[in-house]
Amino acid sequence: MSVAGIRFELNAFLGFVERQGNLTKRYWAWELVWFFYSLVSVLSIGYLASGLGTLGLNSSTFSLHQAQLYLLVGSLLWGYLSLVFNDVAYAISWERWEGTIEYTFMAPVKRITHLMGICLWAIVYGMVRAGLVLVAAILLFNIDLRHADLGAAAAILAVSTLPLVGLGILTSVLPLLSPGKGEQLTVAAQGFLLLVSGVYYPLSVLPLPLRIAGQASPLTYTLQGIRDCLLGDRHLGDELPNLLLLGTMGVLLIPLGLAVFGVAERRAKRLGLLKRSG
Amino acid sequence: MTSSPAITLRGVAKRYSKSGRGETPWWIPWWKRTRLEKVALHALDMDIEAGAITGIIGPNGSGKSTLIRILSTLLLPDTGTATVFGFDVEREPAEIQRLINRVSVEASFFKELTPWENLIYAARLYGRSGTGTRLRATAILDELGLKSEVLDQPMKELSRGQQQKIAIARSFLTAPSLLLLDEPTTGLDPRSKRDVQQLLTRLRAEGSVTVLLCTHDLQEAEALCDRVVMLDEGRIIADGTPAELCRRHGGGEVISLEEVFLRLAGRSLEDDEEGAAE
Repeated sequence: MSVAGIRFELNAFLGFVERQGNLTKRYWAWELVWFFYSLVSVLSIGYLASGLGTLGLNSSTFSLHQAQLYLLVGSLLWGYLSLVFNDVAYAISWERWEGTIEYTFMAPVKRITHLMGICLWAIVYGMVRAGLVLVAAILLFNIDLRHADLGAAAAILAVSTLPLVGLGILTSVLPLLSPGKGEQLTVAAQGFLLLVSGVYYPLSVLPLPLRIAGQASPLTYTLQGIRDCLLGDRHLGDELPNLLLLGTMGVLLIPLGLAVFGVAERRAKRLGLLKRSG
Repeated sequence: MTSSPAITLRGVAKRYSKSGRGETPWWIPWWKRTRLEKVALHALDMDIEAGAITGIIGPNGSGKSTLIRILSTLLLPDTGTATVFGFDVEREPAEIQRLINRVSVEASFFKELTPWENLIYAARLYGRSGTGTRLRATAILDELGLKSEVLDQPMKELSRGQQQKIAIARSFLTAPSLLLLDEPTTGLDPRSKRDVQQLLTRLRAEGSVTVLLCTHDLQEAEALCDRVVMLDEGRIIADGTPAELCRRHGGGEVISLEEVFLRLAGRSLEDDEEGAAE
């Protein structure tokens, strides 16, 4: 690609990031509600863990503090990962609701520019929101992270964004394939990821078919790696296999997502589905 | 005209198929259900000369919007070839996308954003930055009789006429060589309609942009178009300058375009609109 071509795409990329930022700003009341909901979810999980002792579990066989951290990390990460996944997965649905889908798809912009612009905003916004919730959780639950390797956890989070974006792009294809049922399937896909990725429990408690699905989910390795670094006294060197696996998943899933999106876009153009009413 | 045509259509046909919901009992599996087929365009052959305003006239379902969507690269023809300035809609969409823009009957904006936020987003997708874009937007809106103060109000607070003028400004911001106007004045108040028509009259005088204008309004077509193509049920039923058509089909008397359509299609466009409204 020529320098002018790269500048063109970068400008368009900025356009998508800026648009997402403006939408977040204009829908601030909803964003506040989602932030509150996310905070309440994390706090509820934290208090649930605090209350485990009163349910008959005694601390000689069970570390309440560890359980609380385990659940809080799951809840916090799910808040972040689901936000990024949601924003990417709803890239098409959102445009259909607003009625702008035709204008975006007839613009001379590469699809990777379009989708990555949306992803970048989602990642930045998701990190800010998750960061604020984390601060609230640390203050309320006296979380001790002195022995945690925060740098290694951040590295895992950063690399895990790649497969997450790939999964999001793959899911965003659903509303393109079926304007009527695609959005519902997107929600179902997100729910399934929550079920199988070990957000609140280890994969070992799942029945075999769900365990296999969980082993294929990149979120499983993200959660496992970050928990290891925050709770398990493990460091970046120990997590290299995890990082490599997540990176490989990202390198495979992003091009796969874009390729599938391309096929779905062509199908939508053939069937006349690229319009606001579907 | 010696220059090559802006648009060339050779045997372009399109049909839509949808599930015959209600036609088939519910217990019949989806792969065995009847599909309802509707021909939107029969094999269409047409050349549109550059620098002129060509009106496409026809009732609802005549194939006008299908044609516009094919030329916008949002829809692929089933058979035939369509080229815009020599580029094939199927094989070279990106080249076409850089040269065209469109105004549809619905204004299609992010309603919570301001007109300026919508315009800068659209401009960036066509490689334009913020520098100079606001000035250009203000100049276009001024010509359309819209004060620049509206640029910073939420889109949802603007009237339909104001929104449509912003949509026209959006299409002009990217300096297209081909402008596809799909009923741009439908539903506008008389003053807004006049403002838009005046802008089109100026474009016609300059001859700098090729315009394809789909309209129900035959007086508008008569006043603005160098050439009129009448479509009915996906077929061309008349093609020529407004004066030629009125003479050719008048049988010795001077008749209006409305009368021409009535004689050729056996019904008036107004009947069709009333039928559609019912």
